[in-house]
Amino acid sequence: MGAGHAHPLHLDRLSPVHRLAAEVKIVAVLLFTIVVVLTPPTEFAAFGGYALLLVPVGIAARVPLLWLLKRATIELPFVLLAVALPFLGHGTRIEWLGLSLSVDGLHGAWNIFAKGTLGVLASLLLAATTTMRDLILGLDRLRVPTVFTQIATFMLRYIDVLAGDARRMRIARLSRGYDPRFLWQVKAFAVGVGSLFLRSYERGERVYLAMVSRGYTGRLPRSAEGRAPARQWAVSAMLPVASAGIAVAAAVLA
Amino acid sequence: MINVTDSAGQPPALHVAGLRFAYPDGREALRGVDLTLAPGERVALLGPNGAGKTTLVLHLNGILHGGGGRVEISGLPVIPRDRAAIAEIRRRVGIVFQDPDDQLFMPTVAEDVAFGPANLGLRGAELDARVDEALAAVGMSEHRDQVPHHLSFGQRRRVAVATVLAMRPEILVLDEPSSNLDPASRRELAEILETLPVTLLMVTHDLPYALELCPRSVILDAGRIAADGETTSLLADRDLMRGHRLELPFGFDPIAAAASRHP
Repeated sequence: MGAGHAHPLHLDRLSPVHRLAAEVKIVAVLLFTIVVVLTPPTEFAAFGGYALLLVPVGIAARVPLLWLLKRATIELPFVLLAVALPFLGHGTRIEWLGLSLSVDGLHGAWNIFAKGTLGVLASLLLAATTTMRDLILGLDRLRVPTVFTQIATFMLRYIDVLAGDARRMRIARLSRGYDPRFLWQVKAFAVGVGSLFLRSYERGERVYLAMVSRGYTGRLPRSAEGRAPARQWAVSAMLPVASAGIAVAAAVLA
Repeated sequence: MINVTDSAGQPPALHVAGLRFAYPDGREALRGVDLTLAPGERVALLGPNGAGKTTLVLHLNGILHGGGGRVEISGLPVIPRDRAAIAEIRRRVGIVFQDPDDQLFMPTVAEDVAFGPANLGLRGAELDARVDEALAAVGMSEHRDQVPHHLSFGQRRRVAVATVLAMRPEILVLDEPSSNLDPASRRELAEILETLPVTLLMVTHDLPYALELCPRSVILDAGRIAADGETTSLLADRDLMRGHRLELPFGFDPIAAAASRHP
């Protein structure tokens, strides 16, 4: 199921992590992230422990480290903000290489950097091992309101159609000599966006008619029932349980 | 209630009487349409753009209504307020829309074909069997787990037909089935449509296609049925055709084409 719903963050491999049910992985990543976020930023060792926990997951999922790091660059805008904090922060300051840095700012920067990186890495591992379709089905099985999963389902189906529309409109513009170099030349592009919106709106109406014609009454049929086996829950619980253990240990030892 | 029955005592597959409809902007799309289809008949609905063809089609399963007149499907009247009856009507009337991207909205082919029968309450193995049967009927079984976007246009059109066949309809209504198809896909679709054991109403501008598939044709123009008869003789009537903005492709002779059909 879901073959072909590859997204740029998905890595098509056969691995034990890929085989886990989507809902199991979603819950594990969510709990892991919550534990990470709740940890006080001064527990430096705990963050190292969390990072070590992700290593066996990555190895089991057969996700190459370089692949993971490349995609983790999505975090960069937030890290840039974190870099500014030590310079802008208040309170006691320390000198380092001739720079005056705020201690609170340094802690704040570390907080953003450590938690952000761990969260991004865990999410990337989830995305790498789960197709979009399975993610949506997983959310559906986790009893996420159907209006969200329906919207996501339609997005999944029509994003390519929309992109195709946009691409054809762009080619048609370029073919007629459109070559915007200045801001005031973007009118044609803006009009294109507008007509893309109208087209999608009209398509929405036609899709709805087609659905009603096949007996749609407001609910998508639940495909693939069936629950993830307890063993999968137990296996994937290891990640949040271990991270919670590290958090507790850090709190006790501190 | 007037009950039109044929000699065998069976109600007609489709019976439309005095159907009228005006859009909210006041444009009158249907001005008293009468049309009766016998079970198993294959009929082409011809007419120029804006003749009301799509409006008529959307009346057949009760999506549009309220302008007067009546529609019956195998004797069951289309009453939009009656939810249980309308569900049965939508099972009996399968509409294949012109753009398969409008019809195929689920992420995979199999899920899309399962959508209709699942709305009818089918689950599990029975649902799977329906999906397999419908995909087999259009020769798309090996594509069941594919993404609709990755299929060719002709394949998507065939899957769109399957999504409707999965509901085991009594009447299959096709809106421009041959549009945007290359000649090979066009022929493949014709071969599939010819084998289906259903009543067929085909809305089309493709007159040779109408001749190939439908022994009978009706011409809808300005919201009324302007002509109803044997496809060959309608297409051969040049004045009638020209009067309703219908044109045969260059060099196409309907009589010769019909004669060459079964050598």
